[in-house]
Amino acid sequence: MIRLDKVTKLYRGGREALREVSLDIGPGEMIFLTGHSGAGKSTILKLLALVERPTHGQLLVDGRNIGRLPAREIPAYRRQIGMVFQDHKLLDGRSAFDNVALPLVIAGLTRREIEKRVRAALDQVGLLDKERQAPRTLSAGEQQRVGIARAVVARPRLLIADEPTGNLDAELSLEIMQLFRRFNDVGVTMVIATHDLVLAGRVGGRHVLLNHGQVQDGGAAPATPAQCSTGQA
Amino acid sequence: MGTFLTRHLQNALAALGQLSRQPVATLLTVGVIGIALALPASLQLLVQGGQRFAGGWSGIRDFSVYLKPGTDLAVARNLARALASHPNVQDTRLIEADAALAEFGRDPAFGEALKALKSNPLPHTLVVRPDAEAAPADLDALKAELAAKPEVDLVQLDTQWLLRLAAILDLVRRGIWIAAVVLVAAVIFIVGNTIRLDIQNRRQEIEVSKLLGATDAFVRRPFLYIGFWYGMLGGAVALLLLASVLLLLRGPLERLLQLYSVDFTGFGLSPGTALLVLGAGLVSGWAGAWLAVGRHLSAIEPQV
Ligand SMILES: Nc1ncnc2c1ncn2[C@@H]1O[C@H](COP(=O)(O)OP(=O)(O)OP(=O)(O)O)[C@@H](O)[C@H]1O
Ligand SMILES: [Mg+2]
Repeated sequence: MIRLDKVTKLYRGGREALREVSLDIGPGEMIFLTGHSGAGKSTILKLLALVERPTHGQLLVDGRNIGRLPAREIPAYRRQIGMVFQDHKLLDGRSAFDNVALPLVIAGLTRREIEKRVRAALDQVGLLDKERQAPRTLSAGEQQRVGIARAVVARPRLLIADEPTGNLDAELSLEIMQLFRRFNDVGVTMVIATHDLVLAGRVGGRHVLLNHGQVQDGGAAPATPAQCSTGQA
Repeated sequence: MGTFLTRHLQNALAALGQLSRQPVATLLTVGVIGIALALPASLQLLVQGGQRFAGGWSGIRDFSVYLKPGTDLAVARNLARALASHPNVQDTRLIEADAALAEFGRDPAFGEALKALKSNPLPHTLVVRPDAEAAPADLDALKAELAAKPEVDLVQLDTQWLLRLAAILDLVRRGIWIAAVVLVAAVIFIVGNTIRLDIQNRRQEIEVSKLLGATDAFVRRPFLYIGFWYGMLGGAVALLLLASVLLLLRGPLERLLQLYSVDFTGFGLSPGTALLVLGAGLVSGWAGAWLAVGRHLSAIEPQV
């Protein structure tokens, strides 16, 4: 589904974040990007979100080289993937419901369809009773779950998450990861950047270890993709 | 098509809701736009009033007939009496040379100079008021007839000032167009600047929307609608201002014009002018929004 082929990323100023990274991610896989701070985890996710472009190499998603995708096609591409952020990026002027509804409003769905899907997504993260509340009035864990509901409400096939549990304690973190696990179980491909190896180890999936912009371990897709339940740190 | 329209309607209403959430700021902006739009329109009303005034007075077409210096007073009186019964003349009035000199003498600017004169340099003057029904051709004929008389030196039509007024009004009308262009530019600037600030305030929302796959058109739309409403509401405020100005001035103006027997009916804001004010508001609000959006929205790219 996703293939990085000798991808190098130089940030403006000459900083080399990735060096000839090759990585295969099969459909339905759950990938943990791990590694030291500055290893390049976020950079890979930024490339997948097309917030940044690869400097060299190919980035293929469903066989398409999205590294060269024209700017006007970026919105449609982004609508196919779900994103979860460490700071959840919820809009405070809007209710939990309206936050979760935003991707569907952007996609131009009807009001009725939006309501149905938003309720379903909020139900999946266990926040159906909090839909009227502003993000500010929710706990950190609840806020992150609203963020996850927003990421999955448009039913993306790929979900990327950058340090989704960075602000949460161990118990809440595990809860969030189990939530991801459930989405993965129904076939959503997951790419999660985290430095919490213990947590990642408890959830399973494939672990890709980055070191100074290079893949040190776990770059190749397993012989039989689908869900690998044992981690390899 | 149906969903397309409902979505635009939703966007328009959402923008209105956005504005109503900051009532003070919105009222200030809309008020400034309204004043800027009302200004040229009220000048236009002034010119309209002036034109009526000038038009209503064109019935008064008095001739000043200057007799040759040294003409006998008795001759002047006879001429005045004779002319009064002329078919095209309504009335005559004789201003005797001595009376005219005394009048001048009262003016401090002339008093000293006149004292130095040995004799009265001023001629007798007849003010001839033609018949109200007299046609322009009749007036020309009357003028020629008067000028041909041996005791007449010069015939002058007193409508000069009306021509001058018309010329001034013409100038003012042109000035109004220039003022209108400048003020519309000001409205574009005001709306553009307001929306620029709005874009800055909603930066996070724009970034998140872009991350979630919003197109530029989607991100742009609410701001364009806000510009639309600013223009629309500003135009409405301008019309309201004009209507209240007219209401306040109507009584005194009517009385004044009645004194000069000028017809007042139909004076006021024409539907055409009202539409023009609204249209100018809409176009400039929309244009300001486009400028702001074009310059400032593309600069916002999401950072993760
Ligand atoms: N916008 C940027 N401009 C310049 N350099 C950048 C930029 N973003 C990241 N970098 C650099 O690229 C390298 C990789 O950064 P990246 O954010 O991918 O690391 P990371 O693995 O996510 O680290 P962390 O665990 O601290 O989040 C770092 O050295 C960083 O300083
Ligand atoms: Mg990072």
